Order: sequence, then C-alpha cells, then structure tokens
Amino acid sequence: MSAYRCSLGGETFRFSDLAEVMAKATPARSGDALAGLIAQSDVERVAAQMVLADLPLKAFLEELLIPYEQDEVTRLIVDTFDADAFVPVAHMTVGQFRDWLLSDAADTATLAALAPGLTPEMAAAVSKLMRNRDLIAVSRKIRVITAFRSTLGLEGRIGSRLQPNHPADDLKGIVASTLDGLSYAVGDAVIGINPATDNIPTAMVLLDMLDELRQRYEIPTQSCVLTHVTNSIEIIERGAPLDLVFQSVAGTEAANEGFGVTLAMLKEAHEAGLSLGRGTVGQNVMYFETGQGSALSADAHHGIDQQTLEARAYAVCRAYDPLIVNTVVGFIGPEYLYDGKEIIRAGLEDVFCGKLLGLPMGCDVCYTNHAEADQNDMDVLMTLLADARAQFLIGVPGADDIMLNYQSLSFHDIAYLRNSLGLKAAPEFEAWLTSMGLVSETGHLLDSGIGAQRLLEAAQ
Amino acid sequence: MSDLMRDKWAALRQATPARIALGRTGAGLPTGANLEFQFAHARARDAVHSPLDLDALAAGLQPFEVIRVNSAASDRASYLRRPDLGRKLATGEAEKLNARTPCDVAFVIADGLSSAAVQAHAAAVVHAASARLEGLSFGPVVVASEARVAIGDEIGQVLGARLVVLLVGERPGLTVADSLGAYLTYDPKPGVKDSQRNCLSNIHGKGGMSYDQAAEKIAWLSRAALERGLTGTGLKEESGAISQENAPSIDEA
Repeated sequence: MSAYRCSLGGETFRFSDLAEVMAKATPARSGDALAGLIAQSDVERVAAQMVLADLPLKAFLEELLIPYEQDEVTRLIVDTFDADAFVPVAHMTVGQFRDWLLSDAADTATLAALAPGLTPEMAAAVSKLMRNRDLIAVSRKIRVITAFRSTLGLEGRIGSRLQPNHPADDLKGIVASTLDGLSYAVGDAVIGINPATDNIPTAMVLLDMLDELRQRYEIPTQSCVLTHVTNSIEIIERGAPLDLVFQSVAGTEAANEGFGVTLAMLKEAHEAGLSLGRGTVGQNVMYFETGQGSALSADAHHGIDQQTLEARAYAVCRAYDPLIVNTVVGFIGPEYLYDGKEIIRAGLEDVFCGKLLGLPMGCDVCYTNHAEADQNDMDVLMTLLADARAQFLIGVPGADDIMLNYQSLSFHDIAYLRNSLGLKAAPEFEAWLTSMGLVSETGHLLDSGIGAQRLLEAAQ
Repeated sequence: MSDLMRDKWAALRQATPARIALGRTGAGLPTGANLEFQFAHARARDAVHSPLDLDALAAGLQPFEVIRVNSAASDRASYLRRPDLGRKLATGEAEKLNARTPCDVAFVIADGLSSAAVQAHAAAVVHAASARLEGLSFGPVVVASEARVAIGDEIGQVLGARLVVLLVGERPGLTVADSLGAYLTYDPKPGVKDSQRNCLSNIHGKGGMSYDQAAEKIAWLSRAALERGLTGTGLKEESGAISQENAPSIDEA
C-alpha cells in the first residue's frame, strides 16, 4: 500500500501517507516527539526529505492532509486556492521548488504574485528541505506591505510592538512602560496590551487610555488590547476607540474551537473593524497570533506535525488582510520546542512560511524559564529575523514580561537591530520620532535626552 | 541625562515593577542592569533544575507520615519533554500507597517546575491548612518527584482519599522563582478534567498569598467540596472568595 518509499544506505524506508512523510521530514523538535510523529532516526528523516523532494507540488492539491468535509480550514485553503497564480511553479517537485526559490528568478515581484497560488502545505513542505540560511535568504526577498496609521514592511525597515503589560492592568504602570518604550523608538507596529483581566470593561478602559495617549502625543501608530474577538465585536458596538481586532488562531477547525473561534466569527470581526474606518494610511485592521504546538496542546492535531499545522494557521490569517501576524515562538514551552536550537529553527520557519504565503509576518522572539534557552539564543534569533526582514518584533521593558512571566526582547534590542543592521522604523513613525527629538537622521537614539524630556512633560 | 530627568523617570519607575528606566549605552544595556537580569534568570533556572531536598522537606512535615514516590518521568529532561509521564506514577510506586485506611483529605506535594517553591513553602502550607481542618481524617503526605498536577489523581485514588490537596511548584518568573500553587480535586482518579479542580496560585513571600491566606482558602474549599461532593467550576462560582485570574494553566504545572 505504501506509495512513499526510499532506499537509502541499503535500507528501505516506507511511509504510509503524505502526513507521515511531512512529519518525518521535519527537523527534530520535542512537540512532534510528544505527538509520536517524529522520525525514529536521523537517516529516516533524510529518507523522508528525499521522498518529499521528489513529490510534485500538485500532490498537495490531490492528497489533503485533513479531509475537506471534516475541517473548515481545509475548505478555506482549497476554496481560495488561486490556480492561475500557481502556474509558474505547477510543474515543479518540492525539491525543484526549493532550488527555484533560492535562484535569482524568484525575485520580489515574482514571489508576491505567487503567494495566492501556494497552499500552506506546499510552504511547509519546501521549508522542511531548507536550512536556516535558505529560509533567511528567501524570506528576505519577500516584501508584504500593510498599513493603518503607519506603513509596515517597506524595504530597509523593521517594525516593533510595544508591549507594556502590567500584572494588575494598572494604568499608571502601563503608561510608564509605554513612555519608556517610546523613548527607545519602539511601537510603530502597534502598542499592544495583554490584559491581566480579560473582560470587556477592562479592555475598554485600556483602549480609552491608549487612544488618549496616542492623540496627546500625535503618534502615528495603532493600539490594541489583546482580548477575544467576540469581546472586540462587542467593544466596537459600544463605541470604544478600537484600532486593531486581535485573535489567536490555529491550523485546524478543532484547535480554533479550543480558542473559541470560527471563520464566520473572524469574518464578522473583520467587517466590524473595517466599519470604523480608523486607519489613515491603510485599512489592515486585524492582528493575529499563532505558534507551533497550539493544535497538539488542544488535542486537535489530526496526526499532522506542528510546523505544517502552523502554516495552515496562516491560511486563516490571510483570509482577513491582517496588519500584522505574530508567531509567539517560544512561549508554549519545552514540550513543544525544547531548546534554543529548536526555537530558532521554528522562528525562521514561521516567518518564511508566513511571508511566502503573503503575510505581514513578525515574531515574538521569546522563551520560558523551563526551556533550555536564554537571552543569547534570543540575540541570535532576533538578528537572523531582522536579516530575514520580519515585519516586526516584540519589545517589553528589560525583556521581562511581568504579567505573562516569560522573556521576550527588550526595547534596547529593537534599538540594537536598527543601529547594527541599518534598519529604520515605519516612515510615519520615524518622522514623529525625529520631530520629538528621539532619534537622529540615521535612526539612532539621541543621547541629548530632549525627546524623553518632551515625553515626560506631556505626561504630567 | 540631567538630575531633574532622572528624578522624573524614577517617579515613573515607582508606577510599575517592570524593568523600565534602565538606562542605555549606545543601544546596549548597562553592565549593572545586565547582571541584574542574569541573576534573576539564573535564580529561575535553578528553581527549575535543583533537586528537592527530600529529607529536609520530610523533617518539616513532621508529625505527618511522609511517603516518597516518583513519577514515570525518570529525570528532569524527560519531565520537561513528556508532560504525560509526569502525570502518572512510575511502575510499582502505587504499591507504597496500598492498603491504607480511607481518609477525607490527602495532601500531595509535587515538585513541579519550582523545587524552590516546594522547599520554602509546602510544609508550612500543609501545617496551616490541616490546623484549620479539625475533625477531618488525613492520609499520609505523599511527596512526588518529577511530578505534575494530575499525579494527585492516581495517588488519591490508591490512598482512598475523598479529596486531594496537591501543592506544586509553579513555573518560575524572573521576579518570583518560588511561587507555590494548590489544586483541590474531589473524588480523585485518573482522567479527572482540569475543569474539575479548584486552583490557588501565587503562594509566596514576595507580595503573593500568605500561608494563612492560602490555608484559609484551602480549608474553605475543602469543607465545601466534601459537603457538596464536587470541586471545579461549580464550586468556584459559588465560593466567590477565590480569584482564578492569572492562575497558571494547569498543564504548565
């Protein structure tokens, strides 16, 4: 029965279906081991990769990993597949596709036109044949431009989310962290709060505060309280100043049920967000978060490896024209991504797959204290992701999120990336930073303290 | 930065425990702030990886009888990679708990993700809580190594306990590395859902719940659970005394 086989080193490896080929071709990580899907040896992994390399891309249109009838994410993928856009690569195997992606023929314009013709499974498959440097080289060529009050994704720039969380949602505490972040030129992608108390009244108080702050300083950015999509719909009806609609999503219908969302709810939320017309330079109103392991964690993985399921989550995201998509790469814990090596690999895969599928893909470069990782691993990943031209990265005060109890990047780290790699903030935000006296013409933070003084004076 | 500016940032710093106003050198973190962060992370990692001093814990639990058991996770690495193994007893361990007189309440102490929390607080919480549960019968205190919350279900069943009160070291943060959690499960047996437990979080000495506060809540919930025959969402809604906000996901513990 085995259609998938490979002889390697005198041994024959058989794989029962496409899902098994995909899982066993995946670079090793703890979540796939936990799910019992991982290759049993390094040689078996290479055998699966060889099988995968010889498969035509079209195979993913013929053998669906999760049946059409069972899963609305599969239906979304199949129903929105753009056969015309697929034509340039329709004759290729997965291995040939990798070679083509790395070639100069796959330039920025070609890759942008191709995105609607790729399914998440194709993106995941080719990523499994790519080394980290391959993922970076291709990601870097892809440009996805989105906008609300600032324009993100332009060449030579990297955005940042300012994350001023507080364990008690204390308004003064949140303002203090926000001013600190602004003084480091952080916040051009969004100023976004994870509320400690996730309910509608709290979210409305926080939204009012953020909007007042934004208007007082005339900051060309957008704010967000990361609350459930149904809360955001209700908040919009109550007339609070909501810029971006947030939701965590996953790659299967069952896992999305675990988050309490359906595609119909996301559509309604997207339309509600658009109805406000609050964007000035663009109308991308959605902010999504994803992360490898969420489907397994919800016991909703259908025997599919976690990286492929993560790519399927991107099909959900791209249906609603998001401003930003964030893979929260190391947050879920060591049972899914064990150490710095696995977190770094996953971060690069996610940004590559997201961008290849046409998403404004960013990353929360992060880890928990029980993972085998530390700030040195984050230094490596943030530098690689900036080089890969991630849409944005997250910054929290001193890299320490005191509400969610994990470590991300610091405001200093965002400044480091901009200084060392010559990247700038979004143009509208950069003009504001310059007018406030916070940065020089090169985008470096100014030592004069004038900008910080202005921020503080206005806060009195 | 002028002295005046420093004062203003200092005022902002009072508003939050977040690491703001750290200063910078170029885009870098000044040496002092960098080492302060390294210290906090080192403390959190030590809390995860240092083994529990079982003799000291047993001494602190006197006069309770203490039984030590191991989960099916053979070491810390397998505990971290395989949550399923940390939720059940290693082969043969259940025999240490067999043939006991059934009891109302069994305390189980699981090292979880912070041996530091268990070492510092578990014995004190057991004493403070049991003192408020006069009239009820107790089983031995079971100390489980490489263990997660759900291991209490199997232990409680084998002991014949009506209610298990499981204390566990919570995932350490940079600010607090020794936070203890408490999970109460009525009619414990393998397969209990997380929604059938009540949880107290943040029992520690750095602005968290005190031993007396935790013991009061554990005692209230224990008596209510035994009287009404349930724990979990049904009991939480009626108590009104327990905040579940910011409680860690059970799977993490």
